[in-house]
Amino acid sequence: MKDWRYWLAEQRGTLLALGIFIVMFVIYTSNHPAGFTANVVQTAANKGVLLAFVAMAQTLVVITAGIDLSVGMIFLLTNCLASWLVVGTPTQTALGVVAVLAIGLLCGAINGAIVIYGRLQPIVATIATGAVYYGIGLLLRPFPGGSVNEDLADALTGRVFSVVPASLVVLLAIVLVIWVPFSRSVLGRAAYAAGSSETAAYMSGVPIRRGKFAAYTLAGLLASIGGLFLTFFTYTGEAAYASGNSYTLFSIAAVVLGGVSLFGGKGSAIGAIFGALAFRTIGDLLFVFDFDPLWQPLFQGVILLVAVSLGAFALFRVRNRLEWFL
Amino acid sequence: MSETTLGGITGRLPKFIRRADPAVLTAFACIVLLLFLGSLYSRSFLSPEYLLQQLKVASFLGVIATGMMLVILLGQIDLSVPWSVAAGAMMACAAAAYGPVGVALAIPFGIFCGVLIGIVNGIGVAYLRIPSMIITLATNAVAQGLMVVYTGGFSPQDSATGAMRYLATGFAIPGVPNSVIIWALIGAAMVFVLTRTGFGRAVYGIGNRERAAYLSGIDTRRVVMIAFAVSGGLSAFGGVLLAGYASKAAQSMGDAYLLPSIAAVVLGGTSILGGRGSYLGTVAGVILITLLQSILSVMQMPEAGRQIIYGVVIVAMLLLYGRAPASR
Repeated sequence: MKDWRYWLAEQRGTLLALGIFIVMFVIYTSNHPAGFTANVVQTAANKGVLLAFVAMAQTLVVITAGIDLSVGMIFLLTNCLASWLVVGTPTQTALGVVAVLAIGLLCGAINGAIVIYGRLQPIVATIATGAVYYGIGLLLRPFPGGSVNEDLADALTGRVFSVVPASLVVLLAIVLVIWVPFSRSVLGRAAYAAGSSETAAYMSGVPIRRGKFAAYTLAGLLASIGGLFLTFFTYTGEAAYASGNSYTLFSIAAVVLGGVSLFGGKGSAIGAIFGALAFRTIGDLLFVFDFDPLWQPLFQGVILLVAVSLGAFALFRVRNRLEWFL
Repeated sequence: MSETTLGGITGRLPKFIRRADPAVLTAFACIVLLLFLGSLYSRSFLSPEYLLQQLKVASFLGVIATGMMLVILLGQIDLSVPWSVAAGAMMACAAAAYGPVGVALAIPFGIFCGVLIGIVNGIGVAYLRIPSMIITLATNAVAQGLMVVYTGGFSPQDSATGAMRYLATGFAIPGVPNSVIIWALIGAAMVFVLTRTGFGRAVYGIGNRERAAYLSGIDTRRVVMIAFAVSGGLSAFGGVLLAGYASKAAQSMGDAYLLPSIAAVVLGGTSILGGRGSYLGTVAGVILITLLQSILSVMQMPEAGRQIIYGVVIVAMLLLYGRAPASR
């Protein structure tokens, strides 16, 4: 196969997600009363990047054929923590940011240690650790409140050169600093290999344990970046159970829309980012078409149901019925 | 683990202990330990009234966990429990608003709604081959969306019917709450189905290896589908009972039952990978979780602390006996 065709086949999911996002965004802006202005883009970007960070976190774990049902709770916990720590002088703020990210990293590492070295099933283990993280978040913020360094918050949620949303710039930087090096490193390859066939990877001497551990740990870090950004947007910390749950749920939806295989070994975080942006835009379409906001949960649920059912088309390619049972 | 030395020790023990699953024994041992710790804290902990009250509270979780266990035995999971519970409760209460016929049909209608959710899950898992974790999350979201649209985002005003209240709080036999009798009946039916019928054999077979079950002539997809429908129906029935207990339905009444129901099944020694586990273990798990919750609330532990202890206990107990075999 020629190089570019190989590349196209590999990136099909990502490109599809990009296509869906562009179509949805064009529909969204063309029906928006304000039209395609820097303000509209900024608002959409700020809402989108929150989910994009959580979806990136989910992608890393899903690639290893696992699942992290605690991402939403890490997101909440770091939000509550940031509303205490990211305040004061620039030095204090910087230390606060580092501390928040370190806690996110630690949460991810705990998940990874329990799943990989404790050999527990990721579903049950991360539901349980998610309860712990939520509990800690609730201890930190029994009631919504707190504050954040507003200069930093405004800088990161505003616009660069009054055109480009700063949050998108940060998202791009995070992709370049975390995702690109990871996916090209030995550990990243190991994570992919573990997801695609753990036995084969083990037999060929790939460091699957370290690869999976790195994936879970970085997932915690990415979720905590999301939590930081939530604090920058809302200026407060809040431990809302429903919000954490829905971010976990939406991250799975975004990952599926972004062409990442839930069976592991296939897909990229960039696809998941476009999946997240597309998912958010679809949710916002209801507002520009003047629907009752009450319908939004149902609408998002149906989109999720349809998105996950699309995977069933692969069944038509099955030649042997035994392949139904993986 | 060396089977021979262990066999030498256990060989001298009575037969029923030798045959018991170590996980089930551990769970029962933890129940005794919790009761002991509780009795140190307060003398009334061992009184029959308190224990019966605990059993009554446990029965709601028990009904829901029964359905969850069936699905987990298949090697799947049902994450649509929260809104199946809420949908069952809300729809039963809603039906009660439509005159005498509605009142009569309230309970069956609530269960029917849960079965519908379960059937969608079953179609997704069995026929479309979508991972159960994903499709049940999606149906949970859809059920939530439907309920939000139906109730307008507020707790519904309809209240539970007399029959629902009677099932949840009445006493058909003096001294034994009705909900405990219901749990016992459902549990007995589940034990019968799992151990004495072809369907039960098929469930264990599919949990062990679906390919092998398929090749030995079991219609595995139908079995999976039925199991999810039963799970949805039992979740909704649990919701109906809860609505009867609280005499009305509430928005997020089911949220508190997802983690405990999974935890009860898994702590009772049922393998999360499927194919292994007994109903006795689930009973132990349900009582264990309920006692833990009760002790934490007696000690006036705030919600945050309860969540933390919950998660830690589940991880710790799973690390004790729920670990996957070492790789290769």
